[in-house]
Amino acid sequence: MLRRLFGRQQEKTADDVRIEESLQKTRSGIFSQIGSLFQENEVSDALWEELEEALIVADVGMDTTVELVESTRARVQQEGIRRSEDAYLVLKQEMVKLLEAEEPLQIEEPRILTVVLVVGVNGSGKTTTIGKLALRYKEKGKRVVLAAGDTFRAAAIDQLQIWGERAGVDVIAQAPGSDPAAVLFDAIRASQESRNADLLITDTAGRLQNKFNLMQELEKIRRVAAKQVHRAPHETLLVLDASTGQNAILQAKGFEEASGVTGIILTKLDSSAKGGAVLNIKKQLGIPVRFVGTGEKLEDLAEFEPVTFVEGLLGE
Amino acid sequence: MFESLSDKLQGVFENLATRGRLSERDVNAALREVRLALLEADVNYKVVREFVGRIKERAIGLEVMESLTPAQQVVKIVNEELVKLLGDPAPLNLSGPPPLVLMLVGLQGAGKTTMAAKLALRLRKQGQRPLLVAADIYRPAAIAQLETLGRQIDIPVHNEGTEVAPSSIVKNAMRIAREKAYTVLILDTAGRLQIDEAMMQELEQIRLVARPADVLLVVDAMTGQEAVSVAQGFHERVPVTGLVMTKIDGDARGGAALSIRQVTGVPIKFLGTSEKMDGLEPFHSDRLAGRILGMGDVLTLIEKASDGISEEDALAMEERLAGGQFDFEDFRDQLQKLQRLGSIQDILKMVPGMGQMARQLDGQDLNSDLKQIEAIINSMTTQERRLPSVLNASRRRRIAGGSGTTVEDVNQLVKRFRDMQKMMKQAGMLGDQRGTKKKRRRRRQREPDSEGILASLRQGRLS
Ligand SMILES: Nc1nc2c(ncn2[C@@H]2O[C@H](COP(=O)(O)OP(=O)(O)O)[C@@H](O)[C@H]2O)c(=O)[nH]1
Ligand SMILES: Nc1nc2c(ncn2[C@@H]2O[C@H](COP(=O)(O)OP(=O)(O)O)[C@@H](O)[C@H]2O)c(=O)[nH]1
Ligand SMILES: [Mg+2]
Ligand SMILES: [Mg+2]
Repeated sequence: MLRRLFGRQQEKTADDVRIEESLQKTRSGIFSQIGSLFQENEVSDALWEELEEALIVADVGMDTTVELVESTRARVQQEGIRRSEDAYLVLKQEMVKLLEAEEPLQIEEPRILTVVLVVGVNGSGKTTTIGKLALRYKEKGKRVVLAAGDTFRAAAIDQLQIWGERAGVDVIAQAPGSDPAAVLFDAIRASQESRNADLLITDTAGRLQNKFNLMQELEKIRRVAAKQVHRAPHETLLVLDASTGQNAILQAKGFEEASGVTGIILTKLDSSAKGGAVLNIKKQLGIPVRFVGTGEKLEDLAEFEPVTFVEGLLGE
Repeated sequence: MFESLSDKLQGVFENLATRGRLSERDVNAALREVRLALLEADVNYKVVREFVGRIKERAIGLEVMESLTPAQQVVKIVNEELVKLLGDPAPLNLSGPPPLVLMLVGLQGAGKTTMAAKLALRLRKQGQRPLLVAADIYRPAAIAQLETLGRQIDIPVHNEGTEVAPSSIVKNAMRIAREKAYTVLILDTAGRLQIDEAMMQELEQIRLVARPADVLLVVDAMTGQEAVSVAQGFHERVPVTGLVMTKIDGDARGGAALSIRQVTGVPIKFLGTSEKMDGLEPFHSDRLAGRILGMGDVLTLIEKASDGISEEDALAMEERLAGGQFDFEDFRDQLQKLQRLGSIQDILKMVPGMGQMARQLDGQDLNSDLKQIEAIINSMTTQERRLPSVLNASRRRRIAGGSGTTVEDVNQLVKRFRDMQKMMKQAGMLGDQRGTKKKRRRRRQREPDSEGILASLRQGRLS
C-alpha cells in the first residue's frame, strides 16, 4: 500500500553522549602510525590484514589491494615461505612487477618533432611539471619549446612563461581566452620553422574528467596535433597529484578516453601521501608511471623507479 | 562508476528475508558493504572503522519498520550518522571589530587563490568592503593570478611583490585596511605541505600578525586517505576554524570532508563548485552525506517519504485502516501526497529493488492514470467519497461525465477500491488479535504490501 512509501519517522535511538565520547577517543588515539608490518617473524593472518590496511591507507583501492594480497598469499603458500620478511619480498616483487612499464617512453625516440601533451585535473601540477620536463630534456640536448595551452586559468600563461625562463626554453603563447587548439597549431608551426625545435611540450587547462565539453576540447587539441605532425601527440601524459584518492582511477579513465593517455606523472610525492592509486591505474588500464614530482623547484623531477616507489609506499 | 550503497545493500538483504529484528548476521553482511562504500568514497580507513562500529550498535536488534526495507533502514541509519558527523553548516566568523581577517591555508593546488576571490565577491555582496592580500610569494605568477581574479570581480588586491616576507605584507595590509576602511581582509597564502617545517613556521608567523577571525583549511574533494594527516598537521600549527572543500563539481565522493571533520571537529563552511567566481555554495550535511554514499536520490526519497506523513497522521491512518474506514477521501489524500513526490516511475527508480517495477511501468502513462483517478474522485460528492456504497448507476454516470472519463473507468476504480478496502480490513483484524500498538507495528511487515496498490492501479488501468 501507499504507506510503504510514506513511512513514519524513525524513533531516535542514537546516544549522542556515546558518540561524542567515541569521537574524542578517535581524535586522541587511533591515528597512530601502522608499525612496520614485517618485523614479526612468522607469517600470520594478522600480517595479511595489516598489509591490506597499509595498501588501503596508501590509496591503492579495495580491488587492487585484495588482488595484490591474494597473489602474494598464494605465492607464499606455494613456495612454502615461513618468515614474514620473505613474504614481504614477495609482495614487493608483485607490486614492482605490476608497476613496470612494458614500453619505453617515446620522448627520446629520434624524430623531427616530438609532440607531448600534458593533461590533468585542476591544480595537479601540470604547468610546474612542464617546466621541470623542459629543463630535463634541454639538458639532454633537445631543443625544447613550450606551448601555453592553458588559456583559461588566471595568469596560467604568465606562470608557464616564468617556468620557460627558468628552464631557458621558448614559450609560444597567445592572449588569455584564445582557442587552445589554435595555440598548439601556432606552436607546432613555430617549432618546425623559426624555432627549429625537436620537442614541443603542450600545457593544457586543468579540467575535471566529468566535464563533457572540456574533454571534447582535448580531443580537438589532439586532432590538431595529429594533422600537423605524423603520429602526434607522441606522448600524452596525465599529471596526477599523489594525494588523490579513489578519483584517480576515474581521472585516468576519463582522460584516457578523451585523449589517449600514454603515461602518468605522479606529482607532490614529497608530501606525506603515498600515491598508491597508480597501482590501481596500472592494473586496470595498463598505463605506466613515467616520472614523479618531488618538490616545487625546477630539478624536483625524477624518473619513476618501481622499487623505490614501492619501498616508499610500504614505509621502509 | 560506483554502485550506490542502497543497491548493494538491497542485494545483501535479498536472500535474508529479514523479519522482525535485524540479526547480527544480517547486520554484519550489510556493514561490509557500508565499509566498502565509505572506503570507495575516500573516508579514512580508521574513521571508517570507528564509524561502522557505531552503525553496528544502532542496527543490531533494530525493529524492521513497515515503511522501509531492511536495506533502506540500514542506509537511513548510515545516513543519519553521516549527517550527524558532518555537522551543521557554519557561516564565516564575522563578529568583532573590523577589519576582520580570513586566512586561507592548505596544500598546493587545493584551490586557495580561487576560493579567496570567491569569498571576497560573496562578502562584498553582503555589504562588506573586502581587500584581497597576496601572501603567496613563492608560486610563479601567484600574485598575477590573484590580481587577475581581483580585476574580474572588481575587488582590490594588496601585493608587495615576491621579496617581502608574507607576515610583513599582511601587517602592511592590515594598516592599509584600517586607513581605507576595508572591513575584511582575505589572505591568500602559499600552498604548503604540512610536513614542511619552515613553511609551517611561516604560517604561524602570519597568524600571529593577522589574528584571523577565521582560518579556513582548503581541501580538494579528490583527496584520499592522507586528508587526515594533512588536516591534523595544519590544525596543530595554526588552529583551523573552518573547512572548505573545493572541486565538488567533479565526480569525487568527497569522503575526505568526513575524515577531517572527525579528526579535527572543525565545521565545514563552504563548497567550491566551479572554476568561476560564483562557484561557491554553503555546505549542507545531508547532501554531502548522500554524495559520500553515492545515493542522494534514495535519501531524498526517504526524506520525502518520512516528511510526507507525520507521526500522528500515520497513527490516525493506521486506526482507520484497521477499522476498515479507509475511504475515497483518504485515497485522494494519499494520491496527492504521492504525486507531490514526483512521477511514479522516478520514485520507483529511487527505491532500491523497485527499479524492476519502474522499468516494467516505463512507457505506460501511470501518472496520467493517477490524474484520471484523481479527477474521478474529485467529481464525487463528499458523501460519495466518505460512503462509496451509495455509488449507484446514475451517480456513476454523473461522475464519469464530470471527470471526462467513461462509466467503465469509474466502475473499475470503485471495484479496485473495494478490493483494497477488503484487504485492509483483513489486515486490520489480524492486527487486533495481537493487541498492543507496538506489536501491530511489527506485524505490518506481513500485511499485503506496497505492491497492493500499484498492482491494483495497474490492473485497473482506466481506459
Ligand atoms: N610539493 C610539491 N608541489 C608541487 C609539485 N608539483 C607542483 N606543485 C605545486 O602544485 C601547485 C599547482 O601546480 P601547477 O603546476 O600550477 O598545477 P596545474 O594547475 O596542474 O598547472 C603549485 O603550487 C605548484 O608549486 C610537486 O611535485 N611537489
Ligand atoms: N572545477 C573546479 N576547479 C577549481 C575549483 N576551485 C579551484 N579550482 C581550480 O583548481 C586549480 C587550482 O586552484 P588555485 O586557486 O590556483 O589553488 P591554490 O594553489 O590552492 O591557490 C585552478 O585551476 C582553479 O581554477 C572548484 O571548485 N572547481
Ligand atoms: Mg597549469
Ligand atoms: Mg594559490
